[in-house]
Amino acid sequence: MAKATVKSGGSGKKSLKRKAAMPEPQEAAVAGDGATEGGVQPPKATAFPPGFSISEIKNKQRRHLMFTRWKQQQRKEKLTAKKKLKKEREALGDKAPPKPVPKTIDNQRVYDETTVDPNDEERTVRLCQQLSTVIPNSHVYYRRGLALKKIIPQCISRDFTDLIVINEDRKTPNGLILSHLPNGPTAHFKMSSVRLRKEIKRRGKDPTEHVPEIILNNFTTRLGHSIGRMFASLFPHNPQFIGRQVATFHNQRDYIFFRFHRYIFKSEKKVGIQELGPRFTLKLRSLQKGTFDSKYGEYEWVHKPREMDTSRRKFHL
Amino acid sequence: MAAALARRNHVWVGTETGILKGVDLQRKHAANFTTTGKPQREAAVSALCWGAGGETHILVGCMDRTVRCFSTEEGAFQGQRRCPGGEGAFRGLAQAGGMLITCVDSGVLRVWCGDDKEAPSDPLLELRVGPGVCRMRQDPARPHVVATGGKENALKVWDLQGSKEPLFRAKNVRNDWLDLRVPIWDQDIHFIPGSQKLITCTGYHQVRVYDPASPQRRPVLETTYGEYPLTAMSLTPGGNSIIVGNTHGQLAEIDFRQGRLLGCLKGLAGSVRGLQCHPSKPLLASCGLDRVLRIHRIRNPRGLEHKVYLKSRLNCLLLSGRENWEDELEEPQKPSEEPPEDSDVDELWASLEAAANGKLPRSDQTLRAPGAQKRNKCPRAGGLCVPSPQ
Repeated sequence: MAKATVKSGGSGKKSLKRKAAMPEPQEAAVAGDGATEGGVQPPKATAFPPGFSISEIKNKQRRHLMFTRWKQQQRKEKLTAKKKLKKEREALGDKAPPKPVPKTIDNQRVYDETTVDPNDEERTVRLCQQLSTVIPNSHVYYRRGLALKKIIPQCISRDFTDLIVINEDRKTPNGLILSHLPNGPTAHFKMSSVRLRKEIKRRGKDPTEHVPEIILNNFTTRLGHSIGRMFASLFPHNPQFIGRQVATFHNQRDYIFFRFHRYIFKSEKKVGIQELGPRFTLKLRSLQKGTFDSKYGEYEWVHKPREMDTSRRKFHL
Repeated sequence: MAAALARRNHVWVGTETGILKGVDLQRKHAANFTTTGKPQREAAVSALCWGAGGETHILVGCMDRTVRCFSTEEGAFQGQRRCPGGEGAFRGLAQAGGMLITCVDSGVLRVWCGDDKEAPSDPLLELRVGPGVCRMRQDPARPHVVATGGKENALKVWDLQGSKEPLFRAKNVRNDWLDLRVPIWDQDIHFIPGSQKLITCTGYHQVRVYDPASPQRRPVLETTYGEYPLTAMSLTPGGNSIIVGNTHGQLAEIDFRQGRLLGCLKGLAGSVRGLQCHPSKPLLASCGLDRVLRIHRIRNPRGLEHKVYLKSRLNCLLLSGRENWEDELEEPQKPSEEPPEDSDVDELWASLEAAANGKLPRSDQTLRAPGAQKRNKCPRAGGLCVPSPQ
């Protein structure tokens, strides 16, 4: 194999060898090692054959040696480069490119979706506000711990048709109660996978004031029909669609997915859609016959996990 | 045909849309019966009871304050009468010696003369039992004794032939451990057969036993079950226990002599609206807001027997108490079928004998022997399947 001839040519004893050619310079290296144990190595530029790395040297001391030498060489190169850059910078003056930000571990942190922006409000509050833009003629009120049973008569007297309460646990929304007001049914859902507008990728601009269309998919059973009608009653019905926004409630395997899109017909058959607005997933927990009354109300349907979820193929909505 | 089917129905269910449904469990068939043919929400059925004379008539109490009479023999509504007075739905309907007893939500209990053709606004007797009545129940042993109870309306037992004062007026239990008054909400009442005692189940998930014969007006026994209001109750055959249902669809069997829970029945998803046990068999019919009628077997083994999906919300039910649930009506039909077959067969013989005397009779003879039982199955034989001659 080719002997690693050193550039400076004078360090036969210091040159790195392949394993095949090991025994020959070994004595020289040993001698050299013995000589250089105590002192500092004179930094000599050594060239390595391509594809070779320091870690392949089996001998620990020699490996360490080579490593320190390599390190020193690197440091020297870095220093010269810095000096050069500084000179260039001074030469260019104002037109210099901006200083590169040093890489730190904190900077290289993997983007976490749930990082809360410090100037962001709580997610539930934001969700409420975004939902109120989706649902026309809706108002957002803070609950401030008032009892729902007392709120409901007030809502009825002010002629509201539905009441939606979003329940949160540690600042994330996890439940939704939809009550159709003049003594109509009340549905209680578990909410999961909430994505606010900021978190949706490739989204369009904010929704306009137009009333969205509604799509209800796959609500097949009687219970499904009731829930579907409850959702549909949130939106006004107008066969003449103005605006190109659509809210979709899609039921699959007892989970209801809510999406809000804007569509545009590119041609007769091709449609382009942009997702706007929040998205979340709901799972029905119970449906009560009257308005919200958790203790004394009569339930039309209650989800009982141990009784109802025995078969993987049985769905209720 | 409709009449025969109607007679055979095991369970009668009243719905919120005003339809009376008859369910035949042997054939798994449900039939709808309405007066107008169209479902109406104003005529929602709120009470059902058997009419006079066995189980041939059903009295249906509707939300528009009419009581309709339905005949199971004919499978059709026969008449109706208006029972005005008071407000709210019927909470109890009973029949006593040709007279009709009704009680409405606002507490007006009226006894009407049984004849339909009478002028409607003439009650024989009227009692005010207090507002907020949830149930009125008649004692099956003494038809003139009724019990009423409701929300903030204590249990009272009335004798319709006696004075206007109740026979027994229950007293509320003592204040609880915080010294607060315990609220009253009696949802269902039953008379225990064989004694004067009564059982009630309340909206505050309590089950109480009262004894009018004892000097104590407070309940003799009290137990609780669950955290939800108990809405319906039924006595089991055997006499020691009751089955209660609550607004969450949980059914439980509770022994009222010891006050302990014997077991639960699974399956209902909605609030239980009606419960009834068969008087001798260990079967329980339950209906509720989840629109399904279920028949459970109460003991050995405890479980679900039948389940029928009826498309409307079910309010109340009546279980037929007859003993044999199998089809007992098929036999009368068989003799009627046989004579026509006989005449066909005679014609066939006549045609065969007249046709030939040579070969045909011999072939008839060979075929005759095994065909002794084939007469019913081949009425119109073409000569091959020859029935045995007379």
